[in-house]
Amino acid sequence: MTRPLRHGEPSLIRRISTYFYQRPRLSLLVMLSPPMLWLGVVYLGSLLALLIQSFFSIDGFTGQVVRQFTLKTYEQLFTPANTDIIVRTVLMALAVTVVSAIIAFPLAYFIAHYASKRTRGILYLAVLLPLWSSYLVRVYTWKIILAQEGIITWFFNVLGLKPLLDSILNIPVIGGPSLSFSFLGMFIVFVYIWLPYMILPIITALERVPQSLIDASSDLGARSGYTFRKVIFPLAFPGLVAGSIFTFSLTLGDYIIPNVIGNSSYFIGAAVLAQQGTAGNIPLAAAFTMVPIVIMGAYLLLARRLGAFDAL
Amino acid sequence: MRSKTQSPNERRTPLTLKAAAAMGLLFLHFPLAIIILYAFTTEEASFRFPPPGLTTEWVGVLFSRSDFWNAFGLSLQVAVVATLMALVLGTLTAAAIYRSAFFGREAVSLLVLLPIALPGIVTGIALRSAISLGDFSFGYWTIVVGHATFCIVTVYNNVVARLRRTAHSQIEASMDLGASTFQTFRYIVLPNIATALLAGGMLAFALSFDEVIVTTFTAGQQETLPIWIFSQLVRPRNRPVTNVAALFVIMVTFIPIILAHRMTSDTATH
Repeated sequence: MTRPLRHGEPSLIRRISTYFYQRPRLSLLVMLSPPMLWLGVVYLGSLLALLIQSFFSIDGFTGQVVRQFTLKTYEQLFTPANTDIIVRTVLMALAVTVVSAIIAFPLAYFIAHYASKRTRGILYLAVLLPLWSSYLVRVYTWKIILAQEGIITWFFNVLGLKPLLDSILNIPVIGGPSLSFSFLGMFIVFVYIWLPYMILPIITALERVPQSLIDASSDLGARSGYTFRKVIFPLAFPGLVAGSIFTFSLTLGDYIIPNVIGNSSYFIGAAVLAQQGTAGNIPLAAAFTMVPIVIMGAYLLLARRLGAFDAL
Repeated sequence: MRSKTQSPNERRTPLTLKAAAAMGLLFLHFPLAIIILYAFTTEEASFRFPPPGLTTEWVGVLFSRSDFWNAFGLSLQVAVVATLMALVLGTLTAAAIYRSAFFGREAVSLLVLLPIALPGIVTGIALRSAISLGDFSFGYWTIVVGHATFCIVTVYNNVVARLRRTAHSQIEASMDLGASTFQTFRYIVLPNIATALLAGGMLAFALSFDEVIVTTFTAGQQETLPIWIFSQLVRPRNRPVTNVAALFVIMVTFIPIILAHRMTSDTATH
């Protein structure tokens, strides 16, 4: 130390500081305990409580929860009506994730690699902007866009393409009386609402691709398409996986969009809500929530292996 | 003209990429234009296009409603406190994790991610049953707890990424020159992670301010802004009022963000 210290004992703050600096394990413990108490005890504890409840059952006569271990509730969960809900939700989440990635990637690629620094800032904010406009208002606005007397119908009418719209709506399963009462409409709204969550991590991942690698690739004679396939895309892929965690999970649990748009067939979120609220069957609601938990658990393990956690 | 080391803006953009990016942006912003248009429609409840007429009366209607201001105020308080909590907890986790390779480090980062990686309804129901199990009363603090839980991750992600890029030698130099841990944090670490805190805090605030699913389960009788908006939308009377509310929220929250972005973009490490 070059600066002469004052005589006497060092200050209390300094002594505390030194004490912790010499004990890295202890400081780690002190730093980690508040967040871990919060997440590990409060949050995981709540999830565990939910898991336990899913092994209870409901008394058919009194409607009271019987606090006794049973697999009866899971038998109920895997009846065809409920597995239909699960399959439908998972397929929707997969479709939404794939299409979000397809729409998001070019936009993210443009923002990260081609836009000038100034434009990049503006476009980044433009991607964020929808997240700042009320989720609910955006969902209901899609009703104006998709409804029978809404904008899309109006637009097709102006172009004289009404028969085309009708034939799209006549497609079995995804069609319906109007876009706002069809799976196709619901799918469009899901993609729209979660799209920014896919774009942002891809931008982050693309921005981290070193320019030197791209230069090296072209110096070694690769055309830009080849460089993209062999250098840029593999390095940005973890970002895509990170984004897919959000689009997949958010679709899996949302109950508001299927409620507002679509033909009112149940999705996992709506089923949980109905069991928890109107039906009052907490054990079945808890068992239902185990489905997204198990699916997301598997998904997260896979995502970790694909390097998504470093790209968030 | 075209040298080998082209800067990004000198590179020629393929036309198909430009078109795809433009379509993506259009898709993202077209509905926002509709929100603006339908904030001024004369029709209260239907979904007809084009709107029959335009009026500005809904702005006055919204501003004169005390239930809107109550909900707005509550959401503001919740978002500020939840963001502050997330800033503290997220920074602590990031600071603990980024250098030490202790057992369970992966588990910690997974745990931080979990509340946002699991669907909101799972978090909502889990917290609700825990709150009623613990016999706490539903209200302001249960909302804040729920929000802070899923906001930690945004702060954590931003701060941990920044810390990894910060040279650890600076921290060691500071300590070698006699600064205490707290002084080092104040004068070395904090200036380094300031913009990451801002970015993470912004996202946390946005997440909290617009959250409806978890809040539905933890709010009890309290009405945050999204819950108020939901109550207005399911009973379609004065529906344009919700559009005005959404625009108002953008104006009072997003514009400060643009300003903050401009202030920090000069110092950002790009």
